[in-house]
Amino acid sequence: RDFNERCAQCSEVNWGLTDGGRFYCRSCHNVTERTREVVNTDFITNSRVQTISKGSRKQEQKDGGCEWYICEGFQLVLKTQVEALEALGVCPQMKDEILCNFWRCYLQKTEQAYCKRPAGETVKALSVCESSTDVDSDPERPSLLHLLSLSESEGDVQTDCSFASSVSKVSESTSVYSGSVDGSLYLVKSQKEKLRMTMPMTLSFCYMALLWVREPITLSELLRFVVEGHIPYLNVFQHFPEKMKLCGLDLKIFCVESWPVYEEVFNKMHELAAFLDLPRFPDITESCFLHPDMLCMKYLMEANLPDELHNWTCRVVKKIGIGEVDFLTLTPGNKSTRKVKYDVLAAAVIVVVLKLLFLLDDHYEWLLSEFAEERNKNNTEVCLFYSGGPYFEFKKWYEVVKHSLDVKQKKLDEERAKYLWRCEKPLFYSVKNKSKVLKRRQMVVNLQNQFGKLSGSVQRAEKPNPSSFQLSWSEENTDGSCFHRHSLKGILQEKCGLLTAMNPDYWLCTVKLCNEKLCGHLAHYREVEFPQSYHFVLGLFSFLLRIQPSYIHDEVCMIEHKLFNKKLSKKLKYNTVLRK
Amino acid sequence: SPNEHKLNFKKSKEACLSYIQDALLQKQWKRAAEFLTCYVESLEKDYSREHIGPSEMIWRIGSEILWHHSQSNMKEFNCFMEQMKTLGVKRYLKVCLEHVFHLLCNGQIDEAYQNLSLAESWRFGEQTAIQDKEMKLIQAYRGLLDYCSWSKQKNILLENGEDGFSDLAVEQEMHGYFRKAAVNLKEIIKIPGVWDVFVKCYVDLLEFYGDHNEARQVLNEYAYNSKFPANPNAHVYLYQFLKRQGESKKSLISALKILHDIVPSHELMIDFNTMLQKSKKRKKRRLGLEVIFAALDYAGWKENAKAWSCLARQVKQIVISEKHLDWIKQEWNSRKDWWPAFHFSRYLAKRNWLENQSLSYEKALVAGILLGKDCKYFKYISHQGCKAQLKRFRMLKKFVNRHNPVCLRISG
Repeated sequence: RDFNERCAQCSEVNWGLTDGGRFYCRSCHNVTERTREVVNTDFITNSRVQTISKGSRKQEQKDGGCEWYICEGFQLVLKTQVEALEALGVCPQMKDEILCNFWRCYLQKTEQAYCKRPAGETVKALSVCESSTDVDSDPERPSLLHLLSLSESEGDVQTDCSFASSVSKVSESTSVYSGSVDGSLYLVKSQKEKLRMTMPMTLSFCYMALLWVREPITLSELLRFVVEGHIPYLNVFQHFPEKMKLCGLDLKIFCVESWPVYEEVFNKMHELAAFLDLPRFPDITESCFLHPDMLCMKYLMEANLPDELHNWTCRVVKKIGIGEVDFLTLTPGNKSTRKVKYDVLAAAVIVVVLKLLFLLDDHYEWLLSEFAEERNKNNTEVCLFYSGGPYFEFKKWYEVVKHSLDVKQKKLDEERAKYLWRCEKPLFYSVKNKSKVLKRRQMVVNLQNQFGKLSGSVQRAEKPNPSSFQLSWSEENTDGSCFHRHSLKGILQEKCGLLTAMNPDYWLCTVKLCNEKLCGHLAHYREVEFPQSYHFVLGLFSFLLRIQPSYIHDEVCMIEHKLFNKKLSKKLKYNTVLRK
Repeated sequence: SPNEHKLNFKKSKEACLSYIQDALLQKQWKRAAEFLTCYVESLEKDYSREHIGPSEMIWRIGSEILWHHSQSNMKEFNCFMEQMKTLGVKRYLKVCLEHVFHLLCNGQIDEAYQNLSLAESWRFGEQTAIQDKEMKLIQAYRGLLDYCSWSKQKNILLENGEDGFSDLAVEQEMHGYFRKAAVNLKEIIKIPGVWDVFVKCYVDLLEFYGDHNEARQVLNEYAYNSKFPANPNAHVYLYQFLKRQGESKKSLISALKILHDIVPSHELMIDFNTMLQKSKKRKKRRLGLEVIFAALDYAGWKENAKAWSCLARQVKQIVISEKHLDWIKQEWNSRKDWWPAFHFSRYLAKRNWLENQSLSYEKALVAGILLGKDCKYFKYISHQGCKAQLKRFRMLKKFVNRHNPVCLRISG
């Protein structure tokens, strides 16, 4: 519609679209070679990408289904996900402008739509209409059984013996191997040139859009919302319309049986951004939620640590330059800059600050705590009121936080064990499989009813409302379990007009950083090699962010090496404790 | 691998199972049910590579919960078992059998019988042959229930018989049950195994109908066929049968010999020793001594006055005759380091005297012979006994004193 060139034949500007996606002049019916590209932002996501098929689409099949392509499925998935995000309060532009543009760009780059010859057209479903000899004689086309045995890390559905065996039996009947038109081809496509869409990648798309719009949702939060069920992911095919029948190989694509991993989604997102040739993302400035200063404040609150620590996190951020716009903002394709994990980074900064102030060598922090305890005992209420809060006692904080953390962790572990993966909508690999699947489903429902009644008064808890804070501490509590207002004055001293820590020492997590590209990590964390306090602090943030402690440890190492850059370059002996 | 911690279906269900296990071990049935509810969807996933699949897990765990849960009842249980029968054809007969056991435990004999009959008529292609063992068991248990019915009829008959009435119908029924029971019981005991219940019942039937030869053969097979696992009860049953038949001491002794080897602490060792002591053959008497010493090695026999009296009688006999003192010496050799503390401590002396005078008498006699008149047990008991002016204790003291040189030769 926005195509404003004049027609070569009649010089009119009156364009329409053919089914093949090409512009044609309505006046003289001249068909151009131009295809409709990503030109305007008024794309309505509701319409399906109808322009894919060359001929008229067979709307109705025997069982009420219709032809559909895998990318249409993913488009639906993205739609439901972004609508869920909208319900969580994300701005509507993300859906209408950002995400759909990313998606269209992706479709174009992978030649599934919006291009001259969409790959989807040439797809012939590996149905049994073809004789088996055809399939066998083509040496490049892998056999179906081989397809089924591909178990890639992205393919979440494990290959079942029954699946394979049922399919081989099916070759005699006239069932189709996938409900979608190009399901089988989808799995065959080589991964080298193009980024093949997967379920985890839908989250990469979401995250990418969130980052572009600079919404206050970190990746760890996004993934947590997914697990908590606020964002469709598991069994998302339930939202597919009735006509879109899912079976066979579609299951391998759309059914997930594991939760997405932070690293995977994160790395894919960056790959995607580069693949789509996106420009530099909007700047992450100091007023952004994702800026370490902001995130540190949030995490400090959640970790029940004194507000005063925020000064210190800001100082560290400033000193090592991780608050700079250029450092924080994503420039896809720029291989020299380190990809920033905003949440992990902020958590790591706090860990470093705690190490700076408390040393965390399983000895010094308890000593400091004892001093604080003494001082608190001696002070009267009035003193406390005027001097702004009691002395922060590490021991008390540890006990309070550990208790809450243990309770929450236990609850989380139980929830994970009780998680229900299947849903109402049954899945069949093939028509022959259908009755068996339905029977099983019925039995499962019966058993759930029978034993559900015996579970006592415990009802399955309603989905909790999504919240940004998992741990909250109220200052109204008179039991002193909130440490926000506590003061660090017991552990600080003034030197040359500057506040510094009384703790003169610091220990490095590692003297030498690994090569991240070779072994995937900057350091290798093993609990036994580090103090318990350090492990505890890592564990706290590991719980909040739902990631492995080693990831936070990596960032801590990175920050330390930036912070003590000068001293390290003087080539100190291994394991020497640094004097600040 | 970087994805080791990836939380997926499989890991989630494994965790679920361990919560169920904990709950079961702590008898928290509600909690176990709660987690089982979440586990059952594993049925929709294929676990053919695993050793124990979810259907078996659910069967076993579900049975436990439904059996013990306060809000569960037999109706629920039965309904559940019927569902489990449809889950795995390879396990069909096993599930049937376990169901029958539960019904029997609940006293539902008729239902159990119905289920057994139903299971017996099950056919499923090659599975029928594969599950042949389970089928035999099912038939055997049906035979057992037939035996119970037979037994009931027999009792009715015997009662009525006292009144002088004989009910032909009852008798016919009884014979009918006998035939049904005998056929099945006979089959199962052919297979090597531990079939105590079946053997006992079958022998009971045979004896009633006077087929003693068959009974003897069955019991011999059961006890002596090396293909069958070593089973002390087999020998006990054989011994009891032979005793009922009035067999000679010789065959009785031979029946108990292996029992002594397998279970030296068996209660029949008293009978065994008694028979052996009286034997004319030296070897047998020697064995008798060995048997009674071996029995008293076990803590359960410490306060068994009868056993002590057997031992006392025999060693007294030997001391008086002054023949075969080396027998006692041999037996005592391996025991002299620990029997004193085990049986003849001062504490035990006091306790035995207070609790059981006969026991202390017998023990004191043995102690006096084995350890001499200066051993603390003997001294205490004999002192107490004499103080209480009991004749036999005075006699005991005299006896031990008189024979002390002999005793010293033993303990020396």
